[in-house]
Amino acid sequence: MLKIGVPSKGRLMEKCFDWFGARGVTMARTGNEREYSGAVDGIAGVELVLLSAGEIPRELAAGRVHLGVTGSDLVRDKLADWSAQVLDWAPMGFGHADLVIAVPAGWIDVDTLDDLDAAAAAFRAAHGHRLRIATKYHRLVREFLTANGVADYALVDSQGATEGTVKNLTAEAIADITSTGETLRANHLKILSDGLIHQSQAVLFLSRAAGWGAAEQAALAELAGRLGLAVPEV
Amino acid sequence: MTPKAATRAEAERLHAAFLTAGAVAVEADILLPAGTLLDLYGEDIRARAYVTADPLNGEMMLRPDFTVPVVQAHMSGGAEPARYAYMGEVFRRQEHLDGRAREYMQVGYEVFDRDATAADAEVFALFKGVLAGMDLRPATGDIGILMAAVRGLSTTERRKAALLRHIWRPQRFRALLDRFAGRAPMPPARAALLERLRSGSPEALIEAAGPLVGLRSPEDIAARAEALIEDAKAPAIAAPEAALLYDLLSLEAPAQAALAHLRGIAPLLPAIGPAVEAFAARLDALAARGIDVAALPFEASHGRTTLEYYDGFVFSFHGPKGMPPVASGGRYDALTAVLGAGRSIPAVGGIVRPGLVARLKGAI
Repeated sequence: MLKIGVPSKGRLMEKCFDWFGARGVTMARTGNEREYSGAVDGIAGVELVLLSAGEIPRELAAGRVHLGVTGSDLVRDKLADWSAQVLDWAPMGFGHADLVIAVPAGWIDVDTLDDLDAAAAAFRAAHGHRLRIATKYHRLVREFLTANGVADYALVDSQGATEGTVKNLTAEAIADITSTGETLRANHLKILSDGLIHQSQAVLFLSRAAGWGAAEQAALAELAGRLGLAVPEV
Repeated sequence: MTPKAATRAEAERLHAAFLTAGAVAVEADILLPAGTLLDLYGEDIRARAYVTADPLNGEMMLRPDFTVPVVQAHMSGGAEPARYAYMGEVFRRQEHLDGRAREYMQVGYEVFDRDATAADAEVFALFKGVLAGMDLRPATGDIGILMAAVRGLSTTERRKAALLRHIWRPQRFRALLDRFAGRAPMPPARAALLERLRSGSPEALIEAAGPLVGLRSPEDIAARAEALIEDAKAPAIAAPEAALLYDLLSLEAPAQAALAHLRGIAPLLPAIGPAVEAFAARLDALAARGIDVAALPFEASHGRTTLEYYDGFVFSFHGPKGMPPVASGGRYDALTAVLGAGRSIPAVGGIVRPGLVARLKGAI
């Protein structure tokens, strides 16, 4: 049985169902409206697994689902060496969001990462601790800042309401996803001109670790035909 | 013998050799408080060390190397001069599925002695001795010469501080140097920023940007805005001087020839004079210990991509291509000041990876 993990609720689930539906693969939730179970019609040998979008990267890496729909930002952040563990089979064209670095709008002297680095050095000297950047995307942000030679910062974990951490004095800057930038502006923050870390969207990923027996490979080939995609090597 | 047993046997041989050389055996905790390491290395250490949580003591790290705990132990009451030897596992978090070791043994030797020249030569000769007969390729460098060259540039203190801060990030260092030397054009974003900053007082511009949130104060922001405008007025580092620094960054030659080259440029860059003479004295001390300094490889930029604490002599010993260095080390005077709470002592040391030695000897 080929297991496909999809987000269990909200707009992401609806858009995901629409995307497959438009390609002749019908996905639907079954049973009680609060029950997390689903079914795939129009194709044999495929089982739907409803999961939290945030857990799909882990399930793909462990091989407990063969395919999974989740944000490209989550896969890159949660999986080390992500491309060795999963294949980004098909970008799906929804769930767009940018992971960006934002600083207070009043930082008139800071426009680029270069400025952020210099401001961090001065901040550390003046305040006795590193400039704190609140985020939940630790791996992506750290790799991005290292690659761009930014030093003297510290990441602080923020799992929600990240835009508010600066006002609450628990961070000096943030790295978070945004689509329109409205929440950032409302919290008196601005995006660095070269502060785009990753442009995320929903992607259909394939697990390299899952058990790919003859039945799963046959279902994959069938699904690839429906979706108009080349059959990937597994 | 199993690979672990062969590695331990090799580690014990090396450790015994270091004790025979006059070292005192020291031990270090495996679980280290994360705060000190984070403060020293910054966020990068999180990608290279295993972080774990103690319910009462907060974040802890599995020992990524011995240098920090050994320096801390020495600074809190070691005799002077002192020589230490240690052996044990270090733990390195890996972000790629390429088979690099997550845990491996290190055997180390550290010298805290005010006679830096003699100590540098002692450590290098000792390492060469314990690795004798293994067909390893030595590499050496001296970050102190590079730092002296930067300090001696005829430019603003702020630019020198920026270069020194990034000396262990070669790419970023190069980008800054290119800009300060006028080799790279001013990025358009910076030009636009300067124009905006010149359009009004910092206070007025901050005010116009809306409510200011966060801990970074209007004074912090105004100070950097003024620094940016001031920096834009500073002339580029003169071309001949910049050329010397570029030359130095790429200097690679046998040590004796490198010394002749450095002595040749020292009159043009007088600030490196003392560092070059310290290099000369080290070569004499190495020669006195039987090292062939006419053949010893030297690279002025060697050791700039390691954890950022080496600030003088650096060295490593390499096996076949693709294998990590079998041994590496260097001088870290500034680290003892950072960890010494007001005190400092010149220090030099290094580690050997007994697992790699055992493998090269065919024991694994």
